[in-house]
Amino acid sequence: MSKEIKGKKKEAGKKKKLQLAFYWAASCGGCEIAVLDINEKILDVVAIADVLFWPVAMDFKYKDVEAMKDNHIDVCFFNGSIRTEEQEHIAKLLRKKSKVMVAFGACAVNGGIPGLANIANREEVFNVAYLDNPSTDNPKKITPKTSVKVKEGTLTLPEFYDTVRTLDQTIDVDYYLPGCPPTPDMIMTAVGAIAENKLPPKGSIIGPLKSVCDECRFEKSEKKIKQIKRIYELDKWEEKCLLEQGVVCLGPATRGGCDARCLDANMPCTGCGGPTPNSLDQGAKMMSALASILGIEGEEKMSDEEVEKLIDQIVDPIGTFYKYGLPSALINRKVMKK
Amino acid sequence: MTEKFEPNIIGFLCNWCSYAGADLAGTSRIKYPPNIKSIRVMCSGRVDPVFILEALKKGADGVLVAGCHPGDCHYQSGNYKTNRRIKLLKKLLGELAIDPDRVKFEYVSASEGQKFASVVTEFVDELKKMGPNPLKEVKV
Repeated sequence: MSKEIKGKKKEAGKKKKLQLAFYWAASCGGCEIAVLDINEKILDVVAIADVLFWPVAMDFKYKDVEAMKDNHIDVCFFNGSIRTEEQEHIAKLLRKKSKVMVAFGACAVNGGIPGLANIANREEVFNVAYLDNPSTDNPKKITPKTSVKVKEGTLTLPEFYDTVRTLDQTIDVDYYLPGCPPTPDMIMTAVGAIAENKLPPKGSIIGPLKSVCDECRFEKSEKKIKQIKRIYELDKWEEKCLLEQGVVCLGPATRGGCDARCLDANMPCTGCGGPTPNSLDQGAKMMSALASILGIEGEEKMSDEEVEKLIDQIVDPIGTFYKYGLPSALINRKVMKK
Repeated sequence: MTEKFEPNIIGFLCNWCSYAGADLAGTSRIKYPPNIKSIRVMCSGRVDPVFILEALKKGADGVLVAGCHPGDCHYQSGNYKTNRRIKLLKKLLGELAIDPDRVKFEYVSASEGQKFASVVTEFVDELKKMGPNPLKEVKV
């Protein structure tokens, strides 16, 4: 067989490869690493897919994406929440160019850690970052501006928004992959479903319907706690539910799929999987659960001051219960004075 | 002339005590402001913090949760749990710069029609001083 025919045969038998894109917005980059956490399986992914756009890994330009036809990309994995004009622009651009848009990771799905900035606004964030920080020396009080005139011309920066938003508060999202970051198993489930064209209905969260507790190894019994403790404050280590030992663990209010990895490392769940199915507000659900079991023993004899004291052990409800989900919560930002 | 602010209150009233108390206020013809929209729940313990947050998000100026007096809960302990939940929820509201006093938890028994009326009257006065729910103006 001549080389030519061999080449032609190969061409005919070859299915068109999946065209993928990856992008990061307001995120730490952990989701990008998570893509590589699938280890040698990345070779399986490369065998069925081409990467068209992945700024963190290779030198792609925005104009390459702009030049694509609409719906040219099969699947776009988008991680990070939206806090700047540039991120919003690219999210909208990628939405136009992609058939399927996947919100990848806690930040894109629920707002994530960057979403905690919703307890402030741009002015307050800039003040802390550029002016009031003890280690900052900025006598001219320079803060980022959207445009600055220099002798060579005008320099521009994207606008920094007051409020951090999730991806689906910005564009239409087809699927959600929660987690900080999503586990390799979840990523492979998603890639497999895409490759075999067995995707669930639009809007699905690719993950189990059960909570983290369902996957947790610790023994669980009746829950009643007298005092909130941090892990290091435990008198002795017991192989039982951390919540029962007094540690705030968001397992009951958080969607599983992570195999309770944090619990495996003897640390409590902090809620990166987002709310459980049909729950409107993860933090409120957890507050409800925790307040029910805190001080349940002898509750009928407790004075209001004692109850107050019990509750005062929780110093920062937003940081504790909305660590990964403030932008997607029912009330998703602090009310700022005008 | 600006329109006078009339607060909009959502009331979650427990079936066994507070709803009956509100009923008594009605049948005894005790007057109280019509600003409250009452929702009957089987127990104040049924009131999930999600309900309160959603009411505030949708523009309620105040939320009143009323249940049985300590020791009187038809289900033994629902009112104790709600007391703790609402205390915790108020801390969250404080962090979100929403006046925690927009949420009120009161014990009203089935015989306390007068108390129900005065609780509502006082709450309306407090809310009038606080002004409209700031979430009504926030657009994200």
